[in-house]
Amino acid sequence: MGRPTDLVQGTLDLLILKTISLEPKHGWAIAKRIQQVSGDVLQVQQGSLYPALHRLEQQLWIKARWTESETGRKAKYYSLTAAGRAQLEKETANWSRLSGAINLVIQSAQE
Amino acid sequence: MLWVQRLWLRLQTLSSRRRVVEQLDDEIQFHLDQQTSEYVAAGMDREEARHAAMRSFGNRTLLQERTMETWGWGTLDQLGQDLRYGFRGMRRDVGSTVFAILIAGLGIGGASTVFSAVNAVLLRPLPFRDPGRLVWISNGENYSTQAEHYSDLREQNQSFADLAGWSGFYRVGDKELTGIGEPERLTSVPVSENFFALLGVEPAMGRSFTREECQGRYSAPPAMLLSHSFWRNRFASDPNVVGRKLMLDNEPVIVVGVLPGSFDFASVFAPGTPIDIFIPWPLTDKTKPAGNTMAIVGRLKPGVTVQSAQAEFTGLAKQLGSQHPERNPINPRLVPLERHVSGQVRPALLVLMCAVGLVMLIVCVNLSHLQMARMGTRQKEMAIRAALGAGRFRLLRQMLTESVTLSCCSAALGLLLAVAGTRELAHLNAFNLPLLESVRVDGSTLAFTLLAAVASGVLFGLAPALQVSAYKLREGLQDAGRESSGSSRHGRFSDGLVVSEFALACILLVGAALLIQSFLRVLDVNLGFQPERAAALRIDPSFRTSSLAQQNSFIDDVLHRTRSVPGIAAAGVTDVLPLGGDRGWQVSGNGQVYEKGRHPEAFVRVVSDGYFEALGIPLKSGREFTESDRASSEPVVVVNETLARTLWPGQDPIGQMMTQDGGRRVVGVVADVHHGGPERSGGSEMYLPMRQTKDYPEMELVVRTALPPDRLAAGIRMALRPIDPNLPVSTFQTLQDLVDKAVSPRRFLVMLLAGFAGFALLLASLGIYALISYSVNQRTREIGIRMSLGASERLVQREVLIKTLRLTLTGVAIGTLASFALTKWIESLLFGTTPTDPVVFLGVILLLCSAALVAGYVPARRASRVDPMIALRAN
Repeated sequence: MGRPTDLVQGTLDLLILKTISLEPKHGWAIAKRIQQVSGDVLQVQQGSLYPALHRLEQQLWIKARWTESETGRKAKYYSLTAAGRAQLEKETANWSRLSGAINLVIQSAQE
Repeated sequence: MLWVQRLWLRLQTLSSRRRVVEQLDDEIQFHLDQQTSEYVAAGMDREEARHAAMRSFGNRTLLQERTMETWGWGTLDQLGQDLRYGFRGMRRDVGSTVFAILIAGLGIGGASTVFSAVNAVLLRPLPFRDPGRLVWISNGENYSTQAEHYSDLREQNQSFADLAGWSGFYRVGDKELTGIGEPERLTSVPVSENFFALLGVEPAMGRSFTREECQGRYSAPPAMLLSHSFWRNRFASDPNVVGRKLMLDNEPVIVVGVLPGSFDFASVFAPGTPIDIFIPWPLTDKTKPAGNTMAIVGRLKPGVTVQSAQAEFTGLAKQLGSQHPERNPINPRLVPLERHVSGQVRPALLVLMCAVGLVMLIVCVNLSHLQMARMGTRQKEMAIRAALGAGRFRLLRQMLTESVTLSCCSAALGLLLAVAGTRELAHLNAFNLPLLESVRVDGSTLAFTLLAAVASGVLFGLAPALQVSAYKLREGLQDAGRESSGSSRHGRFSDGLVVSEFALACILLVGAALLIQSFLRVLDVNLGFQPERAAALRIDPSFRTSSLAQQNSFIDDVLHRTRSVPGIAAAGVTDVLPLGGDRGWQVSGNGQVYEKGRHPEAFVRVVSDGYFEALGIPLKSGREFTESDRASSEPVVVVNETLARTLWPGQDPIGQMMTQDGGRRVVGVVADVHHGGPERSGGSEMYLPMRQTKDYPEMELVVRTALPPDRLAAGIRMALRPIDPNLPVSTFQTLQDLVDKAVSPRRFLVMLLAGFAGFALLLASLGIYALISYSVNQRTREIGIRMSLGASERLVQREVLIKTLRLTLTGVAIGTLASFALTKWIESLLFGTTPTDPVVFLGVILLLCSAALVAGYVPARRASRVDPMIALRAN
């Protein structure tokens, strides 16, 4: 798959923030979700999720809580903070602008 | 306030680190387990699913580390790891670690001690308010100015907010304290009314002098201030001392205050003479002291520079000189007070600082060498680390961490040494260096020590570290027990280190040797008197002698009784001991006329019969004073050779008349005495018979004796008690002590410098010893082969020694050239020698070569004892 995925991985933060914006999730579920929703296009190496998660946590955009998972075992659930929600909106807007711009360039090139 | 919360979170991850790491581990484990269960549910068997889960996760260790890095403490983590490696390395090689800490500790200790002294004397501001605006105003080369000039300057100048002064003519033990315990002689400084206010010194207790108190009689001050140390020692810090009446020279004087501990007059203005009390100095028209007696300090107005003040004062002085031809000439010279105080010791301290710098460099070179040797044994370890993925930068950092850890341990040791050293320095009363009492380890010394430690750690660690990273991995992994071709670079580098060590040591030794030679020359100076076996005691009568007759009978009595004490070879009385006092008068022979400003001046000493004999001042012609030179006989004078030559060049001075006191006949000529210290030539001197004048400030009894000072004191006190039961119980001062004190600043410099130079020599010798030993060890096999092929023991020995000598001579040659260029900077500190004295240079070269040969001989001998069979079988 090569290049495009790399680009997407640069915006891993955005994907994580979006994924947990609806409900708190643990790391594995986040990875799973991103894979499923993107129709397996976005092959995130599962482990690389964790540095990103922890960085976001240090930024106070997401917060974590240890609660029981569906299997009954304790897991670390991440959820958005207020600051994170603001960040998500910002990054979403950024992304739309960027992808819109790229689309425009590509379409004009086709013409 | 998001950043505060972020910082808080960050600190939390740091403080509960272990728990956070465990949680991360759990979190990842949970992830893997989830994934495994999913794969199992999809039909894989458990083991296979586990592996697949791990594969899809990626490199767990690496990712875990990456995650931990996001906590922001990655550098710290690695540092901790490096420190652990470092300590492990140090423990593995205890011997060389202890050695390294020891020599670096000694070096850092010396550096910190010298820095403390430099800090106290040169860097720290004087303990006064806004000291940068204080200016020392001297009168030409002379110390002091006439009080009339002072008053006029003070009123007329525009540059200074105010001027203040004290009497430059106070003497040690001028005042006698009686009435509480044993009588005691005190040193008092008369100061002008505004003196403390000008410096910005507030009494710690009580108050300063009032205007009324400054208008009394000079000889009978109404009030006094105690110095902090006198208050502490004599009154045990009694808080009720203010308001007490004490008997000073048999007059009641009220203690009005105690000065703060931070104000140490002596250490700033008169190093080596502790001051006990301060008394007001009346400067009203009626009581103005005569002659050049005032030492003046001024506080500049804001924005005025010393230069412009100097210009104004030069103009004012010219004006005053023409307005008042009857006064003494005045030639004001303005220097910032800080420069005046530290000026004399500045070059010496700078030299010491440079010496310490050189020592530290040698220490670093030595340690560099040591580290290299240790690296040699650790090449394999490093190679494995590199093979396992440690980056070059990471390895470099690890090595530097190790060396800095080592140097920080040394810094701890050095700091202990510095604390001890500065304590020792601060209590060296024998040295009259300014501000020495305030030498201590303070914040800036700590900072300096830390800096020195880190800098030297980086310096001595850098070379070996770079060597390691330049080292080829493959070579390190090959089991190369012997010197391989890749190491010749390494060998050359070590040679370079040893050469530079010898060059540095050479510079240091040349400097030290030149100063030692100067010191010896100073000790060799013929002072004009024999300090050995001469001692002095202050004996001013505690009663007032109202007439010359009464005074003379006191002198007669004292001398007769003293001479009757067994063991006394000669005794005399003087008003001032050699190497002290600078009372000077303008002098002329009868009929001689000099224009103003070119008048000869002579130092005045008032002495009794027996004084020249007691001090061992040789009589050149004529006669000494006798008991019969009295008030009733012809006024006479004894001059020194210089004065005789000045006033009557080419003539016989005996029998000539001087204009002093209405005419004095010269009866004798004595040898010149170096009264300004051994390093300054004497100048003109004249001696007046004590029985013909009352114009002298104090009485010192000088005796020549073989008795030890304490037995002497007891004998004399017993002999003199009948004439003056209140004779203060002070101890005898030997003249040798006086001389020692006069040369003490030089002794101080020489002692420290010689210590550093010796240390440098030791380090250089150790360095070359280590290098030669190492190379002999590496070449054992080669030597064995050659010996089995017929090389004699002698040849082998000679070869090793030649290598030693070659390195030494290279270093010494560089060092000698550098010394040639550098020693001219210390010319001002030299006495009786030149910066390029060939004897010194030759001596140093010989010393270094012989030290190197001794150091090289041990391994050379070992090499020649190599048993070819054993050497060949080894490896």
